[in-house]
Amino acid sequence: MNSFGNIKTIAKRELVAYFTSPVAYVFIVIFLLLNGFFTFMVAQFFERGVASLSASFFMWHPWFYLFLVPAVGMRLWAEERRVGTLELLLTMPIAPWEAIVGKFLASWLFLGLALFLTFPVVLTVNHLGNPDNGVIFAAYIGSWLMAGAYLAVSCITSAITRSQVVSFIISVVVCLFLILAGFPPVINLLHGLTHNLQWLVEIITSFSVITHFEGFQKGVLDSRDIIYFLSVIGFSLFTTSVILRTHRTS
Amino acid sequence: MIKVENLTKIFGAKRAVDGVSFSVERGEVLGFLGPNGAGKSTTMRMLTGFLPPTSGTVTVGGYDMSEQPIPAKKLLGYLPESAPAYTDMTVQGFLNFAAEIRGLRGEARKTAVRRVVDLCFLESVLHQNVDTLSKGYRHRTCFAQSIIHDPDILVLDEPTDGLDPNQKHEIRQLIRKMGEKKAIIFSTHILEEVDAACTRAIIIDRGVIVANGTPEVLRRKSEWAGAVTLRILGQDAGAVRDKLSQLRVAKKVSVEAGANGVTATVFPRTAGDGDLTREVIAITNGWQISELRTEEGRLDEVFYNITMSETARKETQ
Repeated sequence: MNSFGNIKTIAKRELVAYFTSPVAYVFIVIFLLLNGFFTFMVAQFFERGVASLSASFFMWHPWFYLFLVPAVGMRLWAEERRVGTLELLLTMPIAPWEAIVGKFLASWLFLGLALFLTFPVVLTVNHLGNPDNGVIFAAYIGSWLMAGAYLAVSCITSAITRSQVVSFIISVVVCLFLILAGFPPVINLLHGLTHNLQWLVEIITSFSVITHFEGFQKGVLDSRDIIYFLSVIGFSLFTTSVILRTHRTS
Repeated sequence: MIKVENLTKIFGAKRAVDGVSFSVERGEVLGFLGPNGAGKSTTMRMLTGFLPPTSGTVTVGGYDMSEQPIPAKKLLGYLPESAPAYTDMTVQGFLNFAAEIRGLRGEARKTAVRRVVDLCFLESVLHQNVDTLSKGYRHRTCFAQSIIHDPDILVLDEPTDGLDPNQKHEIRQLIRKMGEKKAIIFSTHILEEVDAACTRAIIIDRGVIVANGTPEVLRRKSEWAGAVTLRILGQDAGAVRDKLSQLRVAKKVSVEAGANGVTATVFPRTAGDGDLTREVIAITNGWQISELRTEEGRLDEVFYNITMSETARKETQ
């Protein structure tokens, strides 16, 4: 109960901080503009005539998140270290993991809010046809989990450095790997490189967010996919705590 | 209240803090003195549980900082050296957060915030963003955060750094007043602060405690302690020197001739010798003396002798 209260306090502070700085508004506007542009212009949603959002809307999310989520996550710990508030935070009567989880949850909820604000797309598709809203709901869940996985990776890179720019670049690269490992052209390349060693290719592709996001887009809530995203988050947050501890001991 | 035993911190090859032990009880204000880089901040960071020590223990109110950090940290208030505060919040938001994370909710939180806002004179900037504050206000905001839960123990790293003289005075008064009921440790390199606020002082140099005592005890280590300074009219410097040098209790005499007569200082052979004043008065009988005073001893000189002489010696080796 006490831990819950601490996490809530930390998360609340973080969320308030997002909305007192322009970061939140810029992020939401850009995210919505990108979604609108790619769904309606690039993917030609209207011309398709299909009452589904997978191929026109959700397919872009791994790529949007690639740049946008590290931009949200880069300040999480880098800023605390640069300004020196980390010293304040870690001398408060809270456990470090509570601070880590609280800050992560705040950013994740914020990403959830941005995702929620894309609801006009859902209204549009419902107005025009009869889509399977269960599938759309599952894809939203998957998209949010995927954003969480990216965010957790950004937590690590943000804890590594004082510089937000360095943090941003490293997390983009790591997230790019998470995408590319399941990107069809790369899979073909891997088949060639490994001389069709199926098991090796499967291991590599199983690390990819794309592979695990696909199921959600089809409306399948597979426990393995959910566990994948949650374990990326868990592992990354644990690594963050180890990095923060190492900074203090060395 | 707070007890430190054999605290050591090693960064790479450097022993930043080396076997430091001391304790502070309720009602004490301990001044932590030392040149820059002596290990003051590192010691305070270990006291407050930010840095884990390489070896040694910190006990706060009976709780070992490394074994039971949470109950130990509950008893502490801490003002870090750079007085950090969340720049993307208002002063009020920041203080509300600090109160909440200290477990103060609802009415208790409101009362606590109001109390520190009054104590630290933050009323006028309450709704201002922290990153628009001047240095003095930011410092006081962070100080307010450290006392928001009325802690039993306060650890303040250079609490008056960057403040103007009036603010310095206010903070010192506040520290002295709070020190009656709390255990306070504060670091400084301003020596007047030791006199203004401390009941005890520790001088630390290159990670080692080199002096520990009340300001009076420390001051008595100075050759100035108990020295007599007098100004004599109508005599020349040579005569004054000859006469005063006859005193057997005098270690040395310094004489300086000026426009308003000759100023002479007689240093006692044993520091704090009370007989010296009487003897000086006796021997100068018949002279016209315009001023006479007994020196208290100078902390800055003690500080210099303890830290610089050793540093200089090490450097020549």
